[in-house]
Amino acid sequence: MHSEPQTSAAGMPAAAAGPELPSQPLSLAGRTRRGERVILGLLWLCAAVSIFTTVGIVLVLFVDASDFFRDVSIWKFFTDTAWRPFGGVEQGRFGVLPLVNGTLLVTAIAMMVAVPLGLGSAIYLSEYAAPRARRVLKPVLELLAGVPTVVLGYFALTFMTPVLRAIFGTSTVQIFNAASAGIVMGIMIVPTIASLSEDALSAVPQGLRESAYGLGGTKRQVAIRVVTPAALSGIVAAVILGMGRAIGETMIVAIAAGNLPKLTANPFDQIQTMTAYIVQAVGGEAARGSLTYESIFAVGALLFLMTFALNVLAQRFVRRYREVY
Amino acid sequence: MDSAQSQAVRQRPVLDVPVDSRALAHHTAAEHSKLASDLVFDVRDVTVRYGVHPAIRNVSLQIYRHEITALIGPSGCGKSTFIRCFNRMNDLIPSATVEGTITYHGQDLYAKGVDPVEVRRRIGMVFQKPNPFPKSVRENILFGPKVNGMEVDADEVVERSLRRAALWDEVRNKLNDSAYSLSGGQQQRLCIARAIAIDPDVILMDEPASALDPISTGRIEDLMRELQERYTIVIVTHNMQQAARVSDRTAFFTTEVEDEASDFRSGKLVEYDFTEKIFKNPSDRRTEDYVTGRFG
Ligand SMILES: Nc1ncnc2c1ncn2[C@@H]1O[C@H](COP(=O)(O)OP(=O)(O)OP(=O)(O)O)[C@@H](O)[C@H]1O
Ligand SMILES: [Mg+2]
Repeated sequence: MHSEPQTSAAGMPAAAAGPELPSQPLSLAGRTRRGERVILGLLWLCAAVSIFTTVGIVLVLFVDASDFFRDVSIWKFFTDTAWRPFGGVEQGRFGVLPLVNGTLLVTAIAMMVAVPLGLGSAIYLSEYAAPRARRVLKPVLELLAGVPTVVLGYFALTFMTPVLRAIFGTSTVQIFNAASAGIVMGIMIVPTIASLSEDALSAVPQGLRESAYGLGGTKRQVAIRVVTPAALSGIVAAVILGMGRAIGETMIVAIAAGNLPKLTANPFDQIQTMTAYIVQAVGGEAARGSLTYESIFAVGALLFLMTFALNVLAQRFVRRYREVY
Repeated sequence: MDSAQSQAVRQRPVLDVPVDSRALAHHTAAEHSKLASDLVFDVRDVTVRYGVHPAIRNVSLQIYRHEITALIGPSGCGKSTFIRCFNRMNDLIPSATVEGTITYHGQDLYAKGVDPVEVRRRIGMVFQKPNPFPKSVRENILFGPKVNGMEVDADEVVERSLRRAALWDEVRNKLNDSAYSLSGGQQQRLCIARAIAIDPDVILMDEPASALDPISTGRIEDLMRELQERYTIVIVTHNMQQAARVSDRTAFFTTEVEDEASDFRSGKLVEYDFTEKIFKNPSDRRTEDYVTGRFG
C-alpha cells in the first residue's frame, strides 16, 4: 500500500517532476476482513460454550441442593455431628461436619507432605540446579502430575498402608486410614506446588539476587532471605491451588481412606471425605429422589464453594505478586 | 601538599580550565609515583570471556584510594563486565571466565581460597536499576549487616547509613514503609545506603544515575563526592559531563573488531589518565572523538 505512490513517482520521467498527486485519494476507512470475523465468531463460541456449561453445572448443583435443604435445615446440616445417610439406628442424620473433618484431615496431611517437598524442589530448581539439570528435572517432575489418580490410590492402599502399619503397628493403623491417602495425595500435589513456586521464584528479578550477593550474601542467604520472600505471594498462590486439588481429589481417598464418616483428628483412623461420600452415594447406594440422593448435591455444592473460595484466594495472591516489582 | 593538590584537582570545574598539556603530563607521572602506596586495585592484563569470545581484552590499570575512577566508552565495550571483576560478580555467570590478575591491596582477588563472599563484603556495588529488596527501608539497610553477622546497633547503623547517603531527612519517618514506596531517586540512594551499611572499602557503581532525572542525578553526584572522603569509588557512566564533573581519573574503553570474518568485537582499554587530561587533552585520537561526541 505504502510503496504504491513511490513506485509511480520513481517511474515518472524527470521532466514531469511537479507537485505530486497521489493516484487515489487517501482513505483511512476500515476494510472488512472477512476471515477475521469468522475466526472471532468461532473463538467467541468456544468461550461461550465453556462458560455456559460451567454456569449450567453450578446452577443444577444449587437447585438440586435446595431440594435437600427443604427437608434438612441448613443449621442442622452444619451443626449435627453425625452423617448417617444409609440406615442404621441413626438413619437420617445429615450433619456434614464428619465429612468436612475427613476432607480437612486428609488435606492437612497432604499439605504437610507437599509444601516442604514442593517448595524444596522449587528452590533447588530455581536457585541451585545448573541450567542443564533444570531443563531435565522440571519436565520429569511435571510428569508426576500425569500419573492417574486411580493408580496413586492403589499405591496408597497396597504400598503406603502396609508401610505405615509396619512402622506404627497394625493395631494403631487401620487398613483404611487418612494418613496413607493423605501422604500419597501430598506426593500427587508436589508437582503443582513445585512447578508454580518455581515460576514465582524464577520471576524474581536477577537484580535482586545480584544486589544481595553484592552485600556479601551467601547462596543460602540469598535464596532464603531475598528470593523466597520476594516470591512469597506466588508461592502462597501455588500452595492454595495445591490445597484446592487436595480438597477436590476423589480417587485416592475413595480407595484408601475408607467410608466411615467420623469426627476425628487421628490420622490412622478410617474416615470419609466429602468426595468419597459422593462416589459412594452415586455408585448406586442411594435411590433416585431419596433424601440421601439429594444430599449428594448439598455436599457437592459445599465442596464447590470451598474450592471456589480457594481459587479466588489464589488469584488474589497471584495478582499481588505480579504487582510487586 | 599531596592531599591539597588532589583536593584542588577535584574541586576545579574541570571543563572550564585551560590546561597546559606538558605540565599535566609531568604532573601525571608525579602523581603516579606518589600514590603507589595508595594503590587499591592493580589490574594486570585482564581478559574476560563469555564462553570463548573475550568481552574485554588485556586491560591493565590501577585504582587509587579515595579517588573516583570513571569507566566510559560506547555501549557493549565491556564496562559492566570489567567493573564486575572487582567484586567477583562475574562468578555468578556460569559462562564467564577471568584471566590475568587483579590484586586488591596486594592480594590476588582470584587466588584459590579467596571467598567471593568476603570480597563482596569489602567491595560493595550499586547497580544501574535501583533494586531495593521488597522489604521495609530499615530492613533493606540491615540486610548487609545481618548476613555478614555483624554485631551492630541497628538503629544507629540505619541512621548513619541513611545520613551518609543523604536520604535520612526524607525517610526518617518512613523507616518501616516498603522501600517501593520511595521515588526512583530515593530508591537508588537507599541502595547506596544499603551498600554503605556494611562499611565497605570500595563502592562500585554501574551507571547509578542513568535511570534518574537530572535533580536526582545531581544529588547522587554530590553524594559521590562526599563518599569519596571515606571510600574508593569506581563508576561506570555514559554521561560525559558526569564523568568530567565527579571523577579524578577516567578510563576510556572502546570496541575493536576482533575477527574480520565473523565481525566479532571485543572491548579494549584505550586510554587511562586524569579526568582533566582525558577530557582536555587526550593522547589518543579515539578518546578525543568520543569525549567530544564525534563517536557513538
Ligand atoms: N551474561 C553475558 N553472557 C554473554 N555475553 C555477555 C554477557 N554480558 C555481557 N555480554 C557481552 O559482553 C559484551 C560487553 O558487555 P557489557 O555489558 O560489559 O558492556 P557495557 O560496556 O557495560 O555496555 P552498556 O554500556 O550498554 O552497559 C557485550 O558484547 C555483551 O553482549
Ligand atoms: Mg553496562
